[in-house]
Amino acid sequence: MSRVGAAIVLAAVLAALAGPLLAPFDPASQELALRLEGPNGVHWFGLDELGRDIFARVLAGARISLLVGLVVVGVSASVGTALGSIAGYFGGRIDEAISRAIDILLAFPGLLLAIALVAVLGPSLTNVVLALSLIGWVGYARLVRGQVLRTRELEFVQAARALGATTPRILLRHVIPTTLPAVTVQATLGMGGAILAEAALSFLGLGVQPPTPSWGTMLNYGRGHLLDAPHLTIFPGLAIAILVLGFNFLGDGLRDALDPATRGRKD
Amino acid sequence: MLRYLFRRLALTIPVLLGVATLVFALIHLIPGDPAQAMLGETAAEQDVQALRERLGLDRPLLEQYGRFLQGAVRGDLGVSLRTSEPVSQAILTRLPATLELAAAAMLVAIGVAIPLGIVAAVGRGTAVDRIATTLSLTGISIPNFWLGPLLAIVFAVELGWLPVSGRGTLAHLVLPAISLGAALAAILARMTRASLLEELREPYVQAARARGASRTRAVLRHAFRNSLIPVVTLIGLQFGAVLTGAVITETIFAWPGIGRLLIQSIGFRDYPLVQGCILFIAVTYVGMNLLTDLMYGVLDPRIRYE
Repeated sequence: MSRVGAAIVLAAVLAALAGPLLAPFDPASQELALRLEGPNGVHWFGLDELGRDIFARVLAGARISLLVGLVVVGVSASVGTALGSIAGYFGGRIDEAISRAIDILLAFPGLLLAIALVAVLGPSLTNVVLALSLIGWVGYARLVRGQVLRTRELEFVQAARALGATTPRILLRHVIPTTLPAVTVQATLGMGGAILAEAALSFLGLGVQPPTPSWGTMLNYGRGHLLDAPHLTIFPGLAIAILVLGFNFLGDGLRDALDPATRGRKD
Repeated sequence: MLRYLFRRLALTIPVLLGVATLVFALIHLIPGDPAQAMLGETAAEQDVQALRERLGLDRPLLEQYGRFLQGAVRGDLGVSLRTSEPVSQAILTRLPATLELAAAAMLVAIGVAIPLGIVAAVGRGTAVDRIATTLSLTGISIPNFWLGPLLAIVFAVELGWLPVSGRGTLAHLVLPAISLGAALAAILARMTRASLLEELREPYVQAARARGASRTRAVLRHAFRNSLIPVVTLIGLQFGAVLTGAVITETIFAWPGIGRLLIQSIGFRDYPLVQGCILFIAVTYVGMNLLTDLMYGVLDPRIRYE
């Protein structure tokens, strides 16, 4: 399954990079006379409410989704790993402060805080990335903290300390690298989560604003045409589901490959 | 058990205070003047000033914070800017609809996930297991804001079997409940399978078989009951996901609950109502997590003594 996941993700990356070459039409160009026309030999996924080619917009939407996923996961994983390792390694008041912040942010279910933040900051791509990163680091910090709590007591870390290695060196060269496999799995699954969250916010009208093609925004506009043009809903949703499934397959496969307890087991 | 209860309650208080502080801070994160943002750029200065005074935004920050906390403890979350209805009243009016939807979604999820998880675990490595695993991963990946409209296209538009939106009869509940429950079903099925597999490896299951218990009895009477502990915990912890999912599902199906109220109030820049809805959902979530933890302590005595 992880191979299927990797293939899906690779195809999405290629589609995002080569979108303008692959798409037979400009995602912004309008043919109002043909608006809402269904899929045909020319427009494979049909046309939207402004007569724009949905296939071209789905390809362009892949860029937005992958960009949001990469930035959110990159920022969240970096901040979360840094704070989690500091909390786990130093303990005491620093750990208390970081752990309380984690507890408070975890007290908000999933997307709710992102919805609240975007509601006050205003809907835009930047604010979506900001809101998702502000809540995203928590999961990484909790994961890394737990791992560092165990690692800091291991012999090789104590040996480095006894040899006079500085704290930043111990953290960067010895402690943090041991957390990277788990962080990689979390980041892969997190890509799917970030893509879903961006699409959800855009679907609610709180994310990427028109005319920028985002899968969530396209679904939002498709809602008004469920009766007369269901293709507006079907194709962007299919793109989200396939890409998220790809990241979930890949993340699951990585977890099995990196976890000695499940390696080689069929379950 | 009482000590565990008090310790767990004591841990919840700073979290609730943190949640309330964050919700209070929301209104101050609005770029520029919050009162101006609520009324729009073209609003007259005296109207903006009046709103500032009405919301207490002209008072020192600490005083605003104190008032907010006092109000929150008493259940006084201010009044809606648009309708002048007390925020707590607006939320309570819509609460039954959200509870009805959340309960139905959880029923759908449990009804699908538990049998699917059992079948997958018992038939580990077989085609049935692979189908169940693929189904559950697909369920996690399909966003409810896509599944909802798809279900509406098929069952409301094409087949005409069910209403496309609104609330009233049992038929209105079917599509929103499936749309909201699908992802939870997928997660629960995976957990049921993993948990049951762990139990099936335990010696007591083999002992039951050795005593002559049938395979079905060994699975259902022995292993399944013990495997339920993490599943029950997950159901409690997933309540938050259901509440957040309800925001989207209620918007799709025009379901008159708290989620839809939240999105509508964001659209109207009715920030007291936005704050109230966010605070209510978060506090409910914290309460559910607390209940889940307490129940976990009852189900597994080892937790109480940690």
